[in-house]
Amino acid sequence: MAEIGSFVLLLALALAAYSFLAGLVALIRKQPGSERLSETARRAGIASFGTVFLGAVVLVTSAFRNDFSISYILHHSNRDLPLPYKFATLWSGQEGSLLFWSLLLSGYGLVLRLRHKTDVRLFAHASVVIAAVQVFFLLLLNFAAKPFAVTQGAVPADGNGLNPLLQYPEMVIHPPMLYLGYVGFTVPFAFALGALAMKYPGEKWIHITRRWTMVTWGFLTCGVFLGAHWAYSVLGWGGYWGWDPVENASLMPWLTGTAFLHSVMMQEKRGMLKTWNMWLIFGTFWLAILGTFLTRSGIISSVHAFAQSSIGDWFAWFLVISLGTFTFFFIKNRSHLRSEHKLESLISRESSFLFNNLLFVLACFTVLWGTWFPKISELAQNTKVTVGPAFYNKVTIPVALLLLLLTAVGPLLAWRKTSLESLKRNFLWPSLGALAVGIALVALGVKPWNDVSYFYALIAAMLAALVAFTVISEFVRGGRVISRHTGQNLGASMVHLWHRNTRRYGGYLVHFGVALVFIGILGTPFNREAEKEMGFGDKLALGPYTLLCRSYTQEENANYSSDLAIIQVFRGDRQIDTLYPESRFYTASRQQQHVPAIRSTLKEDLYVVYEGQNPDTGHPIIKAHLNPMVSWIWIGLVTMVFGTILSLVPNAAPIRATVRDSVETGVPSAGSGQAHVRPAPVGAGD
Amino acid sequence: MSYFSLDSKRLRLIAALFVGVLLLLGAGDDSARIDRLGHQMMCVCGCNQILLECNHVGCSYSTRMRDELTAAVTRGDSDNGVLQWFIQTYGTTVLTVPANRGFNRIAWIMPYLALVMGIGTVVLIAGAWRKRPPGPPSGGSSSGSSGPRSGGSSSSSDSQLDRFREQARRETEL
Repeated sequence: MAEIGSFVLLLALALAAYSFLAGLVALIRKQPGSERLSETARRAGIASFGTVFLGAVVLVTSAFRNDFSISYILHHSNRDLPLPYKFATLWSGQEGSLLFWSLLLSGYGLVLRLRHKTDVRLFAHASVVIAAVQVFFLLLLNFAAKPFAVTQGAVPADGNGLNPLLQYPEMVIHPPMLYLGYVGFTVPFAFALGALAMKYPGEKWIHITRRWTMVTWGFLTCGVFLGAHWAYSVLGWGGYWGWDPVENASLMPWLTGTAFLHSVMMQEKRGMLKTWNMWLIFGTFWLAILGTFLTRSGIISSVHAFAQSSIGDWFAWFLVISLGTFTFFFIKNRSHLRSEHKLESLISRESSFLFNNLLFVLACFTVLWGTWFPKISELAQNTKVTVGPAFYNKVTIPVALLLLLLTAVGPLLAWRKTSLESLKRNFLWPSLGALAVGIALVALGVKPWNDVSYFYALIAAMLAALVAFTVISEFVRGGRVISRHTGQNLGASMVHLWHRNTRRYGGYLVHFGVALVFIGILGTPFNREAEKEMGFGDKLALGPYTLLCRSYTQEENANYSSDLAIIQVFRGDRQIDTLYPESRFYTASRQQQHVPAIRSTLKEDLYVVYEGQNPDTGHPIIKAHLNPMVSWIWIGLVTMVFGTILSLVPNAAPIRATVRDSVETGVPSAGSGQAHVRPAPVGAGD
Repeated sequence: MSYFSLDSKRLRLIAALFVGVLLLLGAGDDSARIDRLGHQMMCVCGCNQILLECNHVGCSYSTRMRDELTAAVTRGDSDNGVLQWFIQTYGTTVLTVPANRGFNRIAWIMPYLALVMGIGTVVLIAGAWRKRPPGPPSGGSSSGSSGPRSGGSSSSSDSQLDRFREQARRETEL
């Protein structure tokens, strides 16, 4: 199997290299026959997907067959590993995850090359860029991080097993989602670089990549949040985001990608921010690679980091070469990127996008700065420092709140100029609603003058309410317009409204999801915890709950042995649940892991961890956390994903409203004396 | 005996109660200080977790460090004294954030400096944009045209009108 795997990866490298070189030559020469050469490059690119796919199949099959003669399988699997995790072996280690990355990249490349008739020349440029990135990853797989390297010496009877932290159902979907996001941004980047290199007129490349970008952003959003959920459900410290460098690495391209999603609208609608968009999509691609460099090079310590290896140097060179290439084309063709319109008012959609982009990029810079500062400090003063959650919370929370404000305000501002009357009409009721939420929270006991974190929580709640109310008011107002034209009821009209402009109203739903996420996060300052050694019948009180240790026991299966406690949960005198927090010891990897038990409600999560045993008494030590509002984060994620899916649905044909022909042409129509009516679209903006 | 005259037994009882309350208050302060200081330090076992949140089974570092923290606070060491002792024992990485002095102050300044510079840049760009005459709109932005711009026929009123219609369609809502 190892020979087959190595061979197909070598073949994939040859095909990708041909696709790149032949495609490049065809674009440069522009002679008769270049089209045929370009076509061979396209087909080689398509074939490269087949070979990489075969390589991935070989690796997964080796995991299922317990082929420990392959070193990667020996180190990341074992005989008793459950089948879904054997499949997940593909992305559980460095070499496998690079193969998986390469597979996704060639998969995206396949779709792009199959759809080349949309615009043959632009797609040929993008295909060359994709092929170049493919060549880099296949070089890594063939020479630096070989997934099919054979085990040295005698082949052991069993493998070392999968890292216990990865033996969790979400780990079967979290990495693929994250990688689909990381890799997916290569496609809009490839189109952007292609459009820049060929001085492509107009914004068609943005229209072509719009869905790619949204799908990719959706995947990355899922990946980031699933990672947070995994941390919450598996790591057992009661939180979901620890500002670890690997978490930061996934957040940075998400921030710039989100900025790009917004700023391309300015280019589409107003022909502005062309240069900025080029750099933003390049930055997003570059940060995805930088994140990989951070985690693979060992340059920055992280609990998630893969083993240190020489591939960090490969990534560093790739980062430099990609930056150099992009800068070269930018300097060469920057005159092509001149803005078509001027900014007419500071109170306009354009300026809100400008500030939105500033804040997203600032947040990204802050995360990047915090992630790199330990290294900078080490180089500058030969002293390592830690940059932990307190730093990020202090610096990023105000930025996040400003972004939330813009999320509420931005969509209601008009392009070009917004009148004060329009501002008053759009914001009066949502603002009063947000104010009412703030007053209600203070009345319920949130005292912002007691602690700065309470102050932030109150502001976040008010802004989240403002976002929610503005989104609802937009749907209702638009629904009424549709209702007047069609006679449908308001609910059907709102569905109709969405279908007229799916991108806009799907986007509003995403904003609504963001508000829900913030509602979930703002519960953090009110977290409580308690810890106690609990023998039979011992009780632990936390908030409205009383935990009663009914029993503690041990279980064992082929994969792991576990100590678990049986905890009954009471609210008042009534038992409402039974929880089973565990501490597992995995046989193959000889590693221990907590498995928290979580009782989740819309109001709060009761999060119970089996911390260990008192060696003297043998009693379990139970730690319980009471985390308010956490469920809203996951509900917010589902809403964001749903909104993204809705925004991908093609628009229905516009409703035709009547406007006077004379308004459009300035010429009264002849004949009856009545103004001729001409249709105008409803729900056509973004 | 007046109402306010207290016998020595009662005085001793009150004094004992007072001392007891003070001790209890002190105990409460100690646990709050331990909680606060323990959240300003990392566990140094490599888990990258806050000291009081490290939940590794059998993590010898966090147990020992918590004991040392409790001992230092009970001894009456000042907050700064406790943190300095931990820095000297475990190195500067024991603190969760860089100290706001010397070179490390840059860590705190840079994000705010970037914010100020960013706002300044946006204001400058916005000002420049407002003064600049607009360039010609690109022909292909919404029509899907991939061909070159039709600059030669710009004098034609029909094509101008079409362009303005297209621009209006792009820029208007509802």
